Amino acid sequence: MFKLLKQSPISARLGIAIVVMNIFAALFAPLIAPYGETEVVGDVWLPMSRDHLLGTDQLGRDLFTRILYGARNTIAIAFVTTLLSFVVGIIGGFLAATLKGWTDLSLSRIVDVMMAIPILIFALTVLSVVGTSILALILVIALLDSTRVFRLSRAVAMDVEALDFVEAARLRGEKIWWLMRHEILPNAMPPLVAEFGLRFCFVFLFIAALSFLGLGIQPPTADWGSMVRENAGAITFGIFIPLWPAGAIAFLTVGVNLIVDWFLHVASGLKD
Amino acid sequence: MNHIGSKLLEIKGLVIEGFTDEKWVEIVHGIDLTLNRGEVLGLIGESGAGKSTIGLAAMGYTRQGCRIASGSIVFDGHQLFGAPDHVKRKIRGNRIAYVAQSAAASFNPAHRLIKQYAEAPVQHGLMSYSEAKEKAVDIYSRLLLPDPENIGYRYPHQVSGGQLQRAMVAMAMACRPDIIVFDEPTTALDVTTQIEVLAAIKQITEQFNTAAIYITHDLAIVAQLADRIMVLRYGNLVEENNAREILAHPKEEYTRKLLSVRTLREDKAYNGDKDVALEVSDLSASYSGSGDELVLEDINLKIRRGRTVALVGESGSGKSTLARVITGLLPPLEGTVVFDGRQLPPALKSRKKEDLQQMQMIYQMPDTALNPRQKVRKIIGRPLSFYFGMKGKKQEKRILELLDMIELPAGYIERYPGELSGGEKQRICIARALAANPSLIICDEVTSALDQLVAEEILKLLQRLQNELGVSYLFITHDLNTVKAISDEIVVMLQGRIVEQGVKKEILTPPHHEYTDLLLSSVPEMDPDWLDQLLADRGDFPVASGPAVSTE
Repeated sequence: MFKLLKQSPISARLGIAIVVMNIFAALFAPLIAPYGETEVVGDVWLPMSRDHLLGTDQLGRDLFTRILYGARNTIAIAFVTTLLSFVVGIIGGFLAATLKGWTDLSLSRIVDVMMAIPILIFALTVLSVVGTSILALILVIALLDSTRVFRLSRAVAMDVEALDFVEAARLRGEKIWWLMRHEILPNAMPPLVAEFGLRFCFVFLFIAALSFLGLGIQPPTADWGSMVRENAGAITFGIFIPLWPAGAIAFLTVGVNLIVDWFLHVASGLKD
Repeated sequence: MNHIGSKLLEIKGLVIEGFTDEKWVEIVHGIDLTLNRGEVLGLIGESGAGKSTIGLAAMGYTRQGCRIASGSIVFDGHQLFGAPDHVKRKIRGNRIAYVAQSAAASFNPAHRLIKQYAEAPVQHGLMSYSEAKEKAVDIYSRLLLPDPENIGYRYPHQVSGGQLQRAMVAMAMACRPDIIVFDEPTTALDVTTQIEVLAAIKQITEQFNTAAIYITHDLAIVAQLADRIMVLRYGNLVEENNAREILAHPKEEYTRKLLSVRTLREDKAYNGDKDVALEVSDLSASYSGSGDELVLEDINLKIRRGRTVALVGESGSGKSTLARVITGLLPPLEGTVVFDGRQLPPALKSRKKEDLQQMQMIYQMPDTALNPRQKVRKIIGRPLSFYFGMKGKKQEKRILELLDMIELPAGYIERYPGELSGGEKQRICIARALAANPSLIICDEVTSALDQLVAEEILKLLQRLQNELGVSYLFITHDLNTVKAISDEIVVMLQGRIVEQGVKKEILTPPHHEYTDLLLSSVPEMDPDWLDQLLADRGDFPVASGPAVSTE
């Protein structure tokens, strides 16, 4: 692993640096932040100053502090959600591809039905019923997102499954779990990892969208998506406050994708 | 014979480089080649010899990742090396045409044959679409395609493999080129179908006095067509001479090796009905699950301990399906598979681990038969731990033993399949099968994806292992030379039925069953007059009765 890191290109190192920085900020937010997460410290939309590095938000809270705390919620929730959606989606997709027949048919049709309903409306309906706890948020988004992952992993696994080495493993008498874990998964990695980078960013934006509609992360908890939304009005006054959380989202997205690109390059054995 | 005229193509000092491991590496090292009008030049060699690369370079073209580094390619007075694209484009397809190995992969499945035929002549402004259509009928009939008036209106999937390959030759002929480059046009075909295509190619190049570069790895095929032969190896010329001379008096050791006829084993005594390892009785199977469309019918077969049964037939004859039924991947409709005196459950799922362990399989394509993400250690180690619970040092020791048995160095244990050559990969597949200590190994066309000399090594290895371990083989193949080389008994299949079976000597000595005769006589021989002689003997045109030659 360390050796791999040493050979990594500059872009990957940059990506790793960005992500590490974000995780650091998230972990040590209470120590670094000059103020409390929900503390009102001054006037509304103050410009950048020595006291308020990035100015203040629409309620007069310190924006720098909010961004640090926001990293916690945003990164953790988006990461856990994406991971969960991938676990569910990949297991479902691989099962469908290896078992075929009825398993495939029923799983695929269920996914089709779920995908037929617009994702935002689906999420709104479910969240308004089960309530807007963070756990509910994670589970609902992960489940909805896993339909996309299911489709991709099923398609990829179908291709791999048709190869002779999978048949050889079947003939050996291997159980389905081995087939999925050792024969199919390693060969399906590259497209799945690429998708992970993308999905991770989509989840961010989706949480922001839900927050905008009042069903995402609830105020006064800081998260980047809602910070953009809450401060959006400032733009009309020529104040660029909302660009800071937006920039944070973009920054992390770029970082994650730089790592994913590199991983893809290593995993697929491509030598341009 | 073609009338050989003036110099048409002259390649001098051709050096081609390929881009691998972040740098340009020379793959063709200064080849000189001349081709006269109406002459057929055979390029022969194993994969990696640079045959196809040179063939494409004759059109001033290289594959992606290759480049022509130096040399000169003069076609009828035009220098193609370094010529601008529009100049080369005028010549390609128009005056030099190309016929690829796999017609199935080269046709656009969404368009009718005739539309694809007409593309080049219309594009080059030689004729209108309707003129091209009329010309097509003429060419189709010269290529002996059935129903030349209408066959052009079919889609590629509606004609057989041999017909498609001929349709591709027709496409190359559309502009009446001066040169056609044939790149292994019959490699993917059955022996019986191969004859049709060879006969058609020979006929049409003679009729139009077209010069040709014929690329193949099979000396017997090139012997039928070529006036002159160049033997290549690792991008170098080994030997060049006129065809008859090179066949009769090869000068180089390498050429002699290619020419040598394969005889690998002594016949073993027929040991009667004792010691039967596997017995298949009254077996029938279908993919649809109903009795209407049987893929296999009435199959009875015995494989004896320590012996090799060769299962021969064209593609579509049901050979591989039979293997799937025996291994349990496809449960049969009727009939039984008895192994070692025990009747096996029809479906793979209900078979016991011990039964699975006794029967192993080796595949045709070693590239897809090995998981590219597993090291040799895991590939060979898994059956050891799975069947015998071998772990750690003990497992390592056994893996090294197996590597030694297949004649690979111990260091290969840490390699990924991508770091092995085709022959080495196939050896790893053999080791994986051996790791299970099987008593029967099913070999499904195990040498057909390999070069001749490599294939021979693999056959020798299998032979040696059989002598040492007493394992039985069911050897599925369409290559009769392989059959002659290694089998004890032969089973001939046609359209899902066994048409003839028995010990090798009986099957190979006349009188044959009609279909066995067709198969046997279709195997190209090293004699340059073989094809002409055969066509004369068969009279009209050699149409096999197999399913691959559908003429509906």
